[in-house]
Amino acid sequence: MEHKKDSLGGQAHAVMLEKERKSNSAWNKIKRNKTAMLGLFIVVFMMILVIFAGILAPYDPNELSLGSTYLKPGSPGHIFGTDEFGRDLLSRIIYGSRISILVAVGATFVGATIGVLLGLVSGYAGGIVDSVIMRIMDGMMAFPFILLSIILMTILGTGVFNVILAVGIANIPNFARVVRGQVHIVKNEDYCKAVIGIGASHPRLLFKHILPNTLSPIIVYATLSTAGSIISEAALSFLGLGITPPTASWGNILRAGKETLNTAPHIATISGIFILLTVLGFNLLGDGIRDVLDPKMKK
Amino acid sequence: MVKMILQRLIQIIPTLLVVVTITFVLTRLIPGNPAAAVLGPQASVEEIERMEEEMGLNDSLGKQYVDYLKNIVKGDFGKSYSYNIPVMDLITERIPNTLLISLTSLVLAILISIPLGIVSAIKQYSAFDYIAMVLALVGVSMPIFWLGLMLVLVFSVNLGWLPSLGMGSMNNGLWDVVSHMILPVACLATIPTATFTRITRSSMLEVVNNDFIKSLRARGLKERVIIYKHALKNALPPVITVIGLQLAAAFTGAILTETIFSWPGMGTLITGAIENRDYMLVQGAVLITAMAFVFVNLAVDLLYMVINPKVNYESKGGGA
Repeated sequence: MEHKKDSLGGQAHAVMLEKERKSNSAWNKIKRNKTAMLGLFIVVFMMILVIFAGILAPYDPNELSLGSTYLKPGSPGHIFGTDEFGRDLLSRIIYGSRISILVAVGATFVGATIGVLLGLVSGYAGGIVDSVIMRIMDGMMAFPFILLSIILMTILGTGVFNVILAVGIANIPNFARVVRGQVHIVKNEDYCKAVIGIGASHPRLLFKHILPNTLSPIIVYATLSTAGSIISEAALSFLGLGITPPTASWGNILRAGKETLNTAPHIATISGIFILLTVLGFNLLGDGIRDVLDPKMKK
Repeated sequence: MVKMILQRLIQIIPTLLVVVTITFVLTRLIPGNPAAAVLGPQASVEEIERMEEEMGLNDSLGKQYVDYLKNIVKGDFGKSYSYNIPVMDLITERIPNTLLISLTSLVLAILISIPLGIVSAIKQYSAFDYIAMVLALVGVSMPIFWLGLMLVLVFSVNLGWLPSLGMGSMNNGLWDVVSHMILPVACLATIPTATFTRITRSSMLEVVNNDFIKSLRARGLKERVIIYKHALKNALPPVITVIGLQLAAAFTGAILTETIFSWPGMGTLITGAIENRDYMLVQGAVLITAMAFVFVNLAVDLLYMVINPKVNYESKGGGA
């Protein structure tokens, strides 16, 4: 670098450094990662469905039309056909995206908030506090994710808020473990010792200095956890424990489609494709962000 | 290393206690009256009260918890009222069925994914690698309950080749059971196959670029020997960890898969028990499942310590 500085002069060197910094910024790295961009494209597409459902959906998702039940995909006015009550499947899928993605994002938020707090405290305090919290997390993780959600849903009852809570609680242990591991690394760094040295309080150190340095894995894990939560919502609704009709969610559209698999296979097929695509989108994006933010985590 | 193993063994005691406690609390929270559920809708108030007394439901929660712990230690999980036989008998009857499809699917996944991952790694950026990785990405994102429905749609409804429900019976010959197994196993194998392929590929890629592989090449060893003998051996530890994790997670898939195919295993047993409010059965089956998970994880960790003594257990436990 040194000889270039001489030949190009200070100003040009600064411009070059700036260029290099820009091309190495997280966003530029993601832009170069084709699969991550595909993931982002899918996620943005789904977000557009969520936000503009009212404009994009050609029909009211709950509008019955008993004269035109089980129309096949491609029927005039109904690209994806209609279901057992003659409701437009495209409109139900578009409105269903709202519930499915809201639940997934909400559950991730619940799991992340509680899990991150527990992980911070556990990793920072160490000792008996750490042992108690982590053994509880281990115990929770011993229950298969879906089983824990099923039991929680049985206790809480169906409904959007309860699904968010049930899936969110099942999400807690993973966030706690990720953050705890990261805190262990960060708290021994010199700058943390320096902050203690100048007499900062524990909460200040924890939230102002340690938390920001654990964000990369949290962001990565939150993206992947959103993908997992979409599957969980769909699975719970599919089992009849999640979002109950007439509110459309991808899971309960799939459940209805299961009943009519022989006569109207398009209902199950199309709703499942949307679940798969969205999960794929969040997974691709999460993998991409991980590669960019934390190359060491790259597997 | 003995000390590490002992430490790991002692560590599972509090975890098991937490598992037992969570199960106790959760089953107590399930709404409904267990005594009324046992007696059915025609029971009179007096009968229900007598049953509550008999089942110990009027005892303090503390006493109920202690009784429950005592019974678990004795291996007594109570009686399922909907089947009217001891919970333990039901569980021992169903576990082999779940193991049959979950282990078969894992073996299938290993047999497909490891060669696939190796070839993908050797031919990095080839069309083969590209297609395998796209399929693997789709595979890990697959909602398997949907995949199950699609398999039924194609192979049972449209082609009529395979049965879609139940388990068949050995009385009708081996094929009857095998034909019933094919769809659930294919369904269950999808995610592990995709996961193992990805981890085998990335682990192999890391190893093949190592200096010792280059020096083996320089010494003129056959490429086949280098890949399958030297590289693979060094690439395996992460793969084994992931296989272990999937072994423990296989049950999650089994719950959904069994529901779709009405496979008489632990998954359908638990979902049925929850529907029927069969509290004893829910409690016993959930507890056994969670404890199995703890022990499988323990086994995987111990195996990992043996094959890879370098691993520093303390830092592994803390890392993500």
